[in-house]
Amino acid sequence: MIPSATLFGLAGAALVGIGLYGFLAHAHLLRRLLSFNVLGSGVFLMFGAAAWRSPILGADAVPHALIITGIVVKLAGSALAIALLVQLARATRRAALPEDEGRPP
Amino acid sequence: MISTALDLVLVALLVAAALAAVGARGLFAGVVFFVAYGVFVAIAWLRLDAIDVALAEAAIGAGLTGVLLLGAVGHLTRAGAGAPPRRPAIPLALACAGISVMLGWAFLSLPDAPGLQVPVAAALPGSGSTNPVTSVLLNFRAFDTLLESIVLLAVLVGVWALAPDAAWGGRPGLVQRVRPDGVLAGFGRLLPPLGLLVGVYLVWAGTKQPGGAFQGGTVLAAVWLLAAMAGVTRAPRVTSLVLRIALVAGPVLFLAVGMAGALGGSFLGLRPDWAAALVLTIEVGLTLSIASALALLVLGPPERAA
Amino acid sequence: MTTLLLSLPVALPLLAALLAVAAARQAAGLAMATGFLVLGLSVWLAFEVAALGPITIALGGWEAPLGIVLRADGLGAGFLVVSAMVMAVVLVAAQPSFEDQGQESRAGFAFWPLALLLFAGLNTAFLSRDLFNLFVALELLTLSAIALVAIGGKADAVTAALRYMVFALLGSVLFLLGAALAYAAHATLDIGLLSQVEPGWPMAAALALMTMGLAIKTALFPFHAWLPPAHAGAPAPASAMLSALVPKASFVILLRLWFDLAPELASPLLLAVLGGLGAVAVIHGSLLAIGQDRLKLIIAYSTVAQLGYLFLVFPLAGGAGAAQPWSAGAWTAASFHAFAHMLAKASMFLAAGLFLRAVGHDRLEGLRGLARAMPIACFAFGLSAISLMGLPLSGGFTAKYLLLTSAFASGQWGWGLVLVAGGLLAAIYLFRPLNLMFSKEGAAASLTPVPRWEQVLPLLLALAAVLLGLFSAGPFAFLQIGRPGAAAEGLLP
Repeated sequence: MIPSATLFGLAGAALVGIGLYGFLAHAHLLRRLLSFNVLGSGVFLMFGAAAWRSPILGADAVPHALIITGIVVKLAGSALAIALLVQLARATRRAALPEDEGRPP
Repeated sequence: MISTALDLVLVALLVAAALAAVGARGLFAGVVFFVAYGVFVAIAWLRLDAIDVALAEAAIGAGLTGVLLLGAVGHLTRAGAGAPPRRPAIPLALACAGISVMLGWAFLSLPDAPGLQVPVAAALPGSGSTNPVTSVLLNFRAFDTLLESIVLLAVLVGVWALAPDAAWGGRPGLVQRVRPDGVLAGFGRLLPPLGLLVGVYLVWAGTKQPGGAFQGGTVLAAVWLLAAMAGVTRAPRVTSLVLRIALVAGPVLFLAVGMAGALGGSFLGLRPDWAAALVLTIEVGLTLSIASALALLVLGPPERAA
Repeated sequence: MTTLLLSLPVALPLLAALLAVAAARQAAGLAMATGFLVLGLSVWLAFEVAALGPITIALGGWEAPLGIVLRADGLGAGFLVVSAMVMAVVLVAAQPSFEDQGQESRAGFAFWPLALLLFAGLNTAFLSRDLFNLFVALELLTLSAIALVAIGGKADAVTAALRYMVFALLGSVLFLLGAALAYAAHATLDIGLLSQVEPGWPMAAALALMTMGLAIKTALFPFHAWLPPAHAGAPAPASAMLSALVPKASFVILLRLWFDLAPELASPLLLAVLGGLGAVAVIHGSLLAIGQDRLKLIIAYSTVAQLGYLFLVFPLAGGAGAAQPWSAGAWTAASFHAFAHMLAKASMFLAAGLFLRAVGHDRLEGLRGLARAMPIACFAFGLSAISLMGLPLSGGFTAKYLLLTSAFASGQWGWGLVLVAGGLLAAIYLFRPLNLMFSKEGAAASLTPVPRWEQVLPLLLALAAVLLGLFSAGPFAFLQIGRPGAAAEGLLP
């Protein structure tokens, strides 16, 4: 029997890698943003799993509160990024930064 | 044994959904996989005994972020905006896999340290809530929560600032046209009362059980959005004073309580005998402001003055 | 009283920002009043710190590790005072562009709350001792800053804001990962408590991650590409805040990590890498500044170079060097350099904004002969340039002099070469605009007039940058208050 904390901690580590790859590899800004959200939730999952390592004491409420704060902050960043992206798309009909499309910045 | 098997299936689903969301061929498919991924993450939180986080992840991480991303797909498609696809970058993929392995190794070799369970439990009586997560959010680390609720406002102001100059004073978002006898209109009349109940319950329950201003606020925001989309209500103008007051009421109340504490010797301090009442009051105020801010973030900047 | 003195510099801008949303009509007045009020309170706090030593308060009465602790030491209070000075002047300078003219406008509504929230995030970053709280403060600061970059609404500004966002997101997630690791290993986020634990590999990894995140947010080479277009693309008062103030928040946190939290982990190699990247930034940023044709871009690339100098503090005062006599000089020099840059850079961007308004564009040829039409603003630009080049008697000179003496005292004269080269390059990239401004010929024919009082504002900041150099003994001693691992005797200037 493997503790849930171990499994989800490792899953979190995998998600960080997947999200980071998408964030760095894509040119499309919406894809980069989606990948960033995967990356962020991977970090939270590792943090939360680490908070659950001592079953006798039960879960630690402090990381849980911090993660809720983190989720809200991540949403805030995503919302601003999306609004900027929509604006960019309307003005230039592009959804990537110029340097990521091989154009001069 | 069975629980480990369950966990393993969940982990496999998580990773598969993440891969599909990041690597999907179409943008729309990617977002759909992302929402599914968010639901799996929420279930993972349940497995980790973090019901408050699971609620927040389901409502905000999967739900609202998904709605925002879907809306963006629509806008980008209408604008005809795209980007050249990239071929898979093998060295980068290997580097990222290496980072995952290192992080996994780091996680496994973390020293076995207890968290703050004992101090939290010791401080819980008189903190104004019997739900430790709520006590951390609204009392022990109230400053984080105050700043975080204001971050939402900052971002909303930033999003509104992207409106065309001529549209200032208009209503946020595009005008929705719904057939009065359509399915959406029916839902729009039926669901809000139900959602309102769930939202209010989540806020009220948050002081004792899992729930709270952020989770409840998200549900209320969804209710309002649904009603707006169904044509039951209209979003107020961005210049509306009532709207502006609703947006700042929660943080102002929170800050006022904090300053009153400062006059009594500790900024953001809650007197133990009043803590329960103050925590509930702050939660209610924050819920109103968070719900308004989240709904308006989804609607986006005003697009025409009318 | 100390509770109020430490909490009001954060609480007042927050409150003013909220009120500015609800009562947009009064936003400009509220913001300006807040700027001066916080300046007064910060000066008062600095006097208290000078008299009593570092002041600490536990928010909500909850001591660490459960609660969040704010602490004002010499470094924090010093940054608080200088940034409030810049902020107060910039908010006044923003009034003509963003004040409500009868009917509420988009940019007129958005500017004031964003500027005030940036102010609150900045002050929190200078005072907070809690890693997660610092994360939230940096998010408030960065997201407000990004929104300010885009407030002009043009496609270029939106692109610059998005590029900034991409870097900022990566920087913040790295910092968060580091903070989470520190908590998972030691069950606290408090810098003071973490400095007392025996640092093992989790702390080293946490510090590495946080440092990378903060380096991205401070635009350290090679993570600097986002900065120039973002800073140059914003309206002038926003540029002044972005370039002068915002990168200092993440820099101060870097100082706290490597000098306070775990100085024993600062290996010579790491310190050399941080200093080396700073040195490359000085040269690279300056060379790029020389190649620009637009005034605001020159000033923005100059920021990349000037931020580079700050990182020389790591090899000169970090690690085992912290207990050496020259380290006090290097420590003070970094703060002095930051202060002089804050004042001079804000002054330059404000002046550039006035030139832009007068001429209608910010290409260099438009500056020809401008000193006859706008003598005060041009004089302010010239004074700021003196400080940026590090010419004698200015704040920038004192900073460079202190850095040079500690470089030679510690036998690391290589860093001294960077200082000299950077000063020369700064003289080259600033010579072109100055030469055009003060040239005898050239018609300043169809200029939009700029009121004299607006030209005085950048002059005030430029004068402060110079005065910092003339009266440097007091601040020198002040910055040592609460300095971790300080040697008893320092090299005095």
